[in-house]
Order: sequence, then structure tokens, then C-alpha cells
Amino acid sequence: MHDGGFLYQAFIYLTAAVISVPVAKRLGLGSVLGYLLAGIIIGPFVLGLVGEEGQDVMHFAEFGVVMMLFLIGLELEPALLWRLRVPILGVGGSQVGITTIVITIIGIAIGLDWRPALAIGLTMALSSTALVMQSLNERGLMKTEGGRNAFSVLLFQDIAVIPILAILPILAQNTGSSAIEAHSVTWLHMVPLWGRTLIVIGIFGSIVIAGRYLITPIFRIIARTRLTEIFTAAALLLVIAISLLMMKIGVSPALGAFLAGVLLAQSEYRHELETNIMPFKGLLLGLFFIAVGASLDLHLVANRPGLILELVGLLIIVKFFILFGIAKIFGLKLDNSLLFAFSLAQGGEFAFVLFSYAIQNNVVQREIADILIASVVVSMAITPLLMLINEKLIQPRFGTKEKDEKPQDDFRETNRVIIAGFGRVGSVAGRFLQANGVNATYLDLDPDNVDLLRKLGLKVYYGDASRYDLLEAAGAKNAELLIVAVDNMDKAAAIIETAQKHFPNLHIMARATGWENVYDIIGHGINDVYRETFDTAIKMGSDALIKLGHRSFQVTRAAKRFTRHDREALFTFAKNHETDKNQLTQVREHIKELEERIREEQLNSQKNKDLGWDVTSRIKSSLKNGNQKSDNS
Amino acid sequence: MENKILILFAHPAFEKSRVNRTLTKNLHKIEGITFHDLYEAYPDFDIDIKKEQQLLATHDLIVFHHPFYWYSSPSIIKEYLDLVLEHGWAYGHEGHALEGKYLMHVITTGAKEETYCAQGRNHYTIEQLLTPMEQTASMCNLNYIPPYMVYGSFSIEQQKIEEHRKQLENFYLDFLNGNLNLKNFQGECDINTVLNPKTK
Repeated sequence: MHDGGFLYQAFIYLTAAVISVPVAKRLGLGSVLGYLLAGIIIGPFVLGLVGEEGQDVMHFAEFGVVMMLFLIGLELEPALLWRLRVPILGVGGSQVGITTIVITIIGIAIGLDWRPALAIGLTMALSSTALVMQSLNERGLMKTEGGRNAFSVLLFQDIAVIPILAILPILAQNTGSSAIEAHSVTWLHMVPLWGRTLIVIGIFGSIVIAGRYLITPIFRIIARTRLTEIFTAAALLLVIAISLLMMKIGVSPALGAFLAGVLLAQSEYRHELETNIMPFKGLLLGLFFIAVGASLDLHLVANRPGLILELVGLLIIVKFFILFGIAKIFGLKLDNSLLFAFSLAQGGEFAFVLFSYAIQNNVVQREIADILIASVVVSMAITPLLMLINEKLIQPRFGTKEKDEKPQDDFRETNRVIIAGFGRVGSVAGRFLQANGVNATYLDLDPDNVDLLRKLGLKVYYGDASRYDLLEAAGAKNAELLIVAVDNMDKAAAIIETAQKHFPNLHIMARATGWENVYDIIGHGINDVYRETFDTAIKMGSDALIKLGHRSFQVTRAAKRFTRHDREALFTFAKNHETDKNQLTQVREHIKELEERIREEQLNSQKNKDLGWDVTSRIKSSLKNGNQKSDNS
Repeated sequence: MENKILILFAHPAFEKSRVNRTLTKNLHKIEGITFHDLYEAYPDFDIDIKKEQQLLATHDLIVFHHPFYWYSSPSIIKEYLDLVLEHGWAYGHEGHALEGKYLMHVITTGAKEETYCAQGRNHYTIEQLLTPMEQTASMCNLNYIPPYMVYGSFSIEQQKIEEHRKQLENFYLDFLNGNLNLKNFQGECDINTVLNPKTK
């Protein structure tokens, strides 16, 4: 029944996900628990719909974790990463260090040799990046102090995996021959450690250089084809290539992808990459959680329920109190400390890798490792429940609800203004904003233009602003203003429609190239419409009058008056404008409108008297009846 | 040439002002006088502060020449004062840029002279109405000189305007050549009386 081919498997996994996740979400359990339960149900010990191949699926789906870290990296610029160095090294370092020591001591206390005890300590100190990040994101807790510190710890753990993989073979109890086997996939197993370090640094250096001088031009060429699926393919290819490279040099692909993401965070293709990889990440992570659920060896649990339960309890309690203590030491408030400790108090997916590696290297016995892996899976399955208990029962009771007072660094764009289209109009408007200390997020569809502007040092991103997901990636949810400055009016209409539909918070300002666009934009209910040539034309007319000897102050006032009347007339005509008339009638009507406007303007200028300044009438009247008023000359 | 004069002229409807067109028609031709038409230079009120400070610093007599609107100047002069007379430049502990220079007004009014007194319909004298400017001058260590007045512009005949023009031009020329000690004018209610005692 298991070998029904790819489509059959896909059918099973997708059905499980589609049914269980909405149910879990409805029950308030979160998607992760839904996926895990779905995995347990379709797994070999309940329905048996998937069997041994679940392990393969898990390996494949682990790639979702890689993608997730790549995306996190993309949203984290190097400067921000640098600012996180204290939580990463301090909080993360102490968590891994203290937890390892405590678990090792417990291991020795229950009669293990110090070497396997240390291997177990190192492995169990790690938490589940995939599970925690997904749960925190889903609950919108990533921006809290607790969430950010949890992220920092996970990042440190990902880095720590590299030295742990190096230490494990050293801990081998006998000089087994299989020690090198697992490592044989890397290129570097013959190279001494210092040489390896140099090579790793060299490869990261070349990623930096490639990111700057190679990847961006390649993406530009691809973007120029205007084929979205090729861009998606290239984005996927990039992540896969980085993962392969990292595995070859013995670095965790997740960590490698994270660093690659950070390095690409300043690229103009950042938002487009995010948008393209996001759905894959979501699906693969879901698959990963299902696979974790399916891999839970219920027989083992059923055979030794007491032992597993004790181990899980011990693991969670030890990790929880160490985490809580660290949180307190680093000055987190109570609610954030609880969140931090509850979210990280489980074993992680690295345990699967590290334990199998430890078995291969004869560090830990298979029977012990199997029991521990089962405990890790159970602890992962319990985590969403623990977080739920924290959220629903503990937090309200200790009800301090200490909100973060200081504004948090958001990983995403936080500019208040988004400018779509960075051409003649958008660039001037944007430069003006920038000159006045307002930064905007710029989106443009022309790869060459984006490249040019990047060289001028402007933060412009490649992407189609009429796409909902791209607008979201550009920060449309939190932005206040959207300036639509594209010259393609169909595109402008599409952007306006998308923004109005999904981001009612955005105030829209739009550029119009011709008179029919003006009506179209006003028809969308937008009052801030800008005719791109109007101001220039008025300026030209004004200067002409000044050249002819008119006083510039009077000309300035006349220009303002003319602009005001013209705008009023425009909105009046827009109301009566019908778009379904044929082109000729429209043009004829427009000419009629123009004539009417000119007539009206002439009428207005006849009425124009410069209020208090104009004394011509006063002179006549005062000469006539000798009556004087005080305040004019 | 011993002295230099800066005339800060402000009339929002200059093209329609009979009196002021006559009064100012030769001023730009006189060497030593800088005739500065504020409404023409700054139609959108975007006054170039640094340039104006430089002009003030390089002249000895500063003249605000304008019609009398609502017992004060046209609005651009207020804008000018607000922006150009910066603390630390024109006044304050460090502000000595204008010290020792002279400040005066040339004012045209629609109403006749006799309305500007306690019994007249304008109730106050020009001297009283100009006290804010006098105090501004004092804050900036400027020597305040009484105004040159042209009253009754609604009904004044062209010939009379020409007489005013000549008198004003001669006054400027005398100052430019160093033949006038402006301090002698201080304390008068206007300088017309001093220049031409017959008119009184």
C-alpha cells in the first residue's frame, strides 16, 4: 500500500495536511501541532498509510528548514545581525553550554560513561528551529523580547552543530573503522581542522563576492525575460546550490542558507526572492512536521511508556529551568522569560542527525539512541501544547502582560512610504522625501533601472507592485502611504486595485499620464491624483507672463488660482465622465471641457480684484465724494 | 561715495499704485542705492535669508518703503523681519551685525494726515503706530529715524507726488554724499517737517 508512487504519497500527505491543519487551527492548537498529529495518524503505527519512506520524506522535507533560515536571513541585514550579537553569543552560548553540562552530569549519574553522556548532552541541548520559529511566527511573537532571544539561541545552536559534528568522532569509545564513513561525503575530511576552517571562511568570502558581482547580474538577466517561473526556478536553484555547497564543506545547510540570506538581504531582488520561496518553505515545513509525526515509534513508546515519559519530563524540566534562569539573568521580564523558556524546552531535529552520526561513530549505543530519539519526538509534539498552556493558562494568571515598551527592530521593511515605479516621477518624489528624512521602499519592474539606481546608492527593489505578496513583503501592512508613480497606466490601475483590496490602511497617491487616466484614477475613489505635465505647463505659462513684464507676485497668485479652478473642474467632469463611450466622442467631449474651462477662467480673471491691495476703485470713489478710508495707498 | 542705501520696497499690487510708481521711478538709477523689490524677488515668500543678511550688512541706511496696510506694513515685510533678523546675527548676545546702521520708513497712506491723531478717525499718530518697528530697531542696535510720509494717496495730485519724489531723492543724495547727519532727525514725528518746514 505504501508503494503507490509519487502521486499517491503526495495525495496522502496533502490530504492529511488539508484536513488536520484547519481543524487544529480551529481548536486553537496552531498549525504545527496539526501537522504533527496528521503525521502520527497516517504513520506506520496508526493508519499505516506511510511507512519506512517517511524517513526519506523527512530528509527531503528538512529542506524546508533550510528555506526558512534562508528567508529569515533575507530579512536580517548584516547590521541587524551584528546588533543581535549579544543575545546570540551570550544567551545562546550560555544555553548550550549549561544545558550540555547539566545533561552530561545526569547521564554520568545514571551510570553512562562520560563520553556518551557528553554526546547526549550536546545533542539534547539543541532545540527545534523549525518548530519554534513556525510556532512563534504563527502567533506573531517573533517581535517580542522572548521571541527574539529564542531566535538568537536557535541561531547559535545552528552554528554549534558544526563543532559538535567535529567533536563526536573524537568521543568514540573504540577506534572504530566506520568513524569517517559518514563524513566521506564532504570534500574536506582529509584536510586538518585549521585548513578546513580556512576553506570554510574562503567559501563564505566567495559567497559574499558572488552575491555582489555574480548573483545580482544573473537575476537581472532572468528578470529581463519577464518569466515568473524562471525567476522562481532560479531562486530555488540558489538555495539548493548553497545547501549542497555547505554540505560538501561540512557546514549545516540551514546555517549556510541563513548566512547566504543575510548576504543577499541588501540585494534589490530580496523581496522577489522572499515572495518566490515563501510557498515552498511553507509546504516543505508542513511536510517536515508530518514526517516527524510519522516517525514517532509508537511501539517503542508503548513498550516502555514509563521510561519515555520520565525522559521527556526530565528533558523538558531541565531545559525549561536553565532557559528561565538565563532569561532572568539577561534581564527579560516575566512574560517574555516564560515564553522564551516554554518555546525552547524541547529536543530538536538535529537530534535525528546527530544521534545517527553518534551511532555510526560508536559513541552512543543504538538502543539508547532510539529511546532518546523517541523522547525528542514526543518533546517536540508536546511543545505546541506547552506554548498553548503558557499562553492560555499561565500568562493570564501571572497577568503582568508586560508589553515591550521600546519599539522593536522589525526584520521586515518598516518604511512609512512605498513608492511603486522609480522613474522620472517616482525618483524625484522619493529624493524629495529622502532629503527631508523620510525613507521609502521603492519597487520597480525594470531590472536595468533597478541596477542603475542601486549603483547610485538607492534602496530599490525589483518587483511587480500589483502583486499582493510583493506589496506585503515591501511592508504594505505597516506602511501609511503608497505612491503609484509607474508610467504604465494599466499597471497603475492594477496596483491601485490590489492595494485597495488588501491594504485598506494605505493612503494612495497616484500619477496620471493623460486625461483619461485622471478620470480612471478618480473613479477608483482617489483624490490625490497628479497629472505629470500639469505643473510644468503652468510654470512655463507663468514664466512667459513674467517675461512679458507682469509682476511675479501677481503671476504666482494667478497660477495658483488657475490650478485650483482647473482641479475643481476636473473633479466635476470626472463625475460626469462615462468610460463606455467611444473614443471619438470622448475626445470631442474633452475638447468641449477644455473650452469650458478656458471660458470659466476668463470669467474669473475679470472678477479678479486684488482684494485690499487694489485701490483703483477706491481712488475714484474718494475723489468723487471726498470720503477717506484709512488704510490703503 | 560715503554711504550706501538699501531700499526694501514692498507693494503687492505695485502695477496699480500710482503714487509709488512715481516715487520709485528713478531710485534704481542712483548710484549707492540698492532698490530691492521684495514682492518681485519673492513671489512665493521664500526669502533667501543669507542673501538678505548680506545686503543689510553692506548698507548704511535701511529703508522700508511700502504702503500702510491696516496700520502696518504689507505681509512680506513681517515675513522678512521674522526670517532675516536672526538671533545671534541681528540681536542677542552675539548679534551685532546691524549695530550703528540707520533704519527708516517711507510710507504712503490713503488717508490724509489729519486723520492720524487722537481726534481723527484713525485715533493714533503714525509715530505711535510705528512703535513696534521702533522697538525692533532698538533690539537690533539700529538708529531709528522717523518716517518720510506721503499722505492722502487717494486724492493727491500728480504734481504733488512729483514734489515728494524730488524731495525724497534729494534726501537720499545728501545722505549718500555724507552731507546729512541723520541723528539730527531723531525725535521728530516725521522727516518731511525737517526737510521742508513750509509744508507744515
